[in-house]
Amino acid sequence: MSMSRRSLLQMVGLAAGTTAMYQAMTTLGYAQASNYAGPIKLEGDPQGAKVLILGAGLAGMTAALEMRAAGYEVEIIEYREKAGGRCWTLRGGDSYTELGGATQEVEFAEGNYLNPGPWRIPHHHYAVLDYCKRLGVKLEPFIQKNYNAYLHRSEAFDGKPQRFREIATDYRGQISELLAKATDQGALDEEVTEEDKQKLLDSLVEYGMLDENYRYVKSDHTSEYRGYDKWPGGGLNAAPEPSEPISLDRILQSDLWTWLVEAETTHHQSTMFQPAGGMDMIAQGFEREVGDLITYNAKVLSMIEDENGVTVEYEDLEGGGTQTRTGDYCICTIPFSILGQIDHNLSGDKAAVIDSMYYAGSAKFGLEFKRRFWEQDEHIYGGITYTDLPIALISYPPYDFFSDGPGVLLGGYAWGATAYQFNAMQPDERTKWAVEYGSRIHPQYTEEFSNGVSVVWHKVPWVLGCYGIWQDREADYETAARIDGRIALAGEHISYLPGWQEGAILSALDAVERLHAQVTTSNAGDTQ
Amino acid sequence: MKPLSLTIILSGLAVAALPLVAQDRPKPDAATGEIARSGQREDFRTFEAEDGDLAYFADAARLTQEGGEAVYEAVCAGCHMPEGEGAVGAGMYPALAGNEMLEFPEYPIYVIVHGQKAMPPLGSILSDEQVAEVTNYIRSHFGNDYVEGEDGIAATPEDVAGVRP
Repeated sequence: MSMSRRSLLQMVGLAAGTTAMYQAMTTLGYAQASNYAGPIKLEGDPQGAKVLILGAGLAGMTAALEMRAAGYEVEIIEYREKAGGRCWTLRGGDSYTELGGATQEVEFAEGNYLNPGPWRIPHHHYAVLDYCKRLGVKLEPFIQKNYNAYLHRSEAFDGKPQRFREIATDYRGQISELLAKATDQGALDEEVTEEDKQKLLDSLVEYGMLDENYRYVKSDHTSEYRGYDKWPGGGLNAAPEPSEPISLDRILQSDLWTWLVEAETTHHQSTMFQPAGGMDMIAQGFEREVGDLITYNAKVLSMIEDENGVTVEYEDLEGGGTQTRTGDYCICTIPFSILGQIDHNLSGDKAAVIDSMYYAGSAKFGLEFKRRFWEQDEHIYGGITYTDLPIALISYPPYDFFSDGPGVLLGGYAWGATAYQFNAMQPDERTKWAVEYGSRIHPQYTEEFSNGVSVVWHKVPWVLGCYGIWQDREADYETAARIDGRIALAGEHISYLPGWQEGAILSALDAVERLHAQVTTSNAGDTQ
Repeated sequence: MKPLSLTIILSGLAVAALPLVAQDRPKPDAATGEIARSGQREDFRTFEAEDGDLAYFADAARLTQEGGEAVYEAVCAGCHMPEGEGAVGAGMYPALAGNEMLEFPEYPIYVIVHGQKAMPPLGSILSDEQVAEVTNYIRSHFGNDYVEGEDGIAATPEDVAGVRP
């Protein structure tokens, strides 16, 4: 009898518990960062059970795709006129109306876009990447770290943006010099053995680009890392001229070092991806599969379960009045910020967790310019400039390099107190500020700005924020994730990956597996 | 490039003063037009900033607007809307206009500091004074009249301090 790798793992899991299973999976090269273990297989016959799925975001559509494949009758109810939820892209010709009624008509040129929500995919978000592959969504590199982009603080270097390359290289060199000197002078003799001491010095010379006297100085060698005053060329007068490093005290005082590790967390390390053409290519991929199951423009009013099934009432926003749908089970992916306002009869402790979750605010700006001046004038191709200005960052489009037409920057991505203030502004006013702040980094803004669109997440009518914030995740998580009766809750909010699409999909897959186990177990009971 | 001139002049001064700047940051003074706090340290290049504008984004961690109306417009109006009318989508933000829940200050103070359902807690970005002022503002505008008069009650910063965690 042959045994698949997955069924072997299931046996190990059943016999020895999840720790042993995880170890076995790691040995087989399966489990790494994300707990996605390949496409789920739902064995057992649901015997035509019907599932209502509330919300056609990635969680809801994942659940729909897998449950229909397993033999369920599936129906999705969605508030918006299209699928995807926060997996969302704004392009030229799109119109977006926020709470309060302000409507923005997006004027971007063909091919340009803003991803107001998720905009990058880590290489270890295996579930998202696998669904992209299965759904035929073309991925391209997302550039997180660019040595030629800037670090900027209004009070540092006279407000003049500094190239990431120079700050990162000089800081590394300067602290290596300090450490090498301290080591050489015996300051660390109690910390390192004599043998390791020499290795440490050798490594600091290498790592910190130091000279034979353990100094980080202006030289061809350091310029090879930090850049030259005159870069090497060909032909006559082609010899390079080295550049002067920035002193340690200036770097320390500038506080620009605060961003040096931005691209170092596992969520931002290379390789990162984005769907070619906009994040909602993933939504469109799912919609091709399950779009026929979706009722759009349907605002859920109530979700009531009893021993026989689940009844959902919704308002048909196209004038069809109140409608009722029933199912044997329900997977509800409605954000808790909305679910807390819907009539439901979930258990009291679950309701309390739902009511305790508010959603973070944030603001994102898409600014279109007549030409790609960041490429043409400053040789910045993708990547991110960080600033202490309220826009927080500028991200350069990692697609359509060198094209002549207009380009769209992510002109700001604000959080916290700053986001609240952007949230309270009308769209034109927000854009005006984003252009002002960006112009302090790129003076070309003044001449080249064409049009802009912004999304402030507390004003997004169908979520009231960008991701769920737990009051006490340790205490409340199991309560939210547990299936009491016939309703399972899912979405990015029920994950340890808040705000990431991977969290939404993994949460949905886990809910589907547990619900399916419950359904097939109770079906088996029925037939006995 | 004309709008750059003032910045360049300021920049020249900043070079000499650089080691001092980080330790001894100049205090903001919107009235004199001195632009000193985060986000407002430079002159404006693309539009003429008015006095009220200079309080925006002045501190990355909190709001610096003073007075109930200014605080309301800078944060609350985002969801409860400029006339306190609230908003409705898949969920809703309740109207503050004609809202009897505002009769006593304790309730709005508690909700502003701690949040409630979709409403985020704002206690960490607003001072006791700001919470008290904006509480009185919403209780005395948008058709509400709970602050002045014989039965009126005004919230105080001490009331706010009392509900903080």
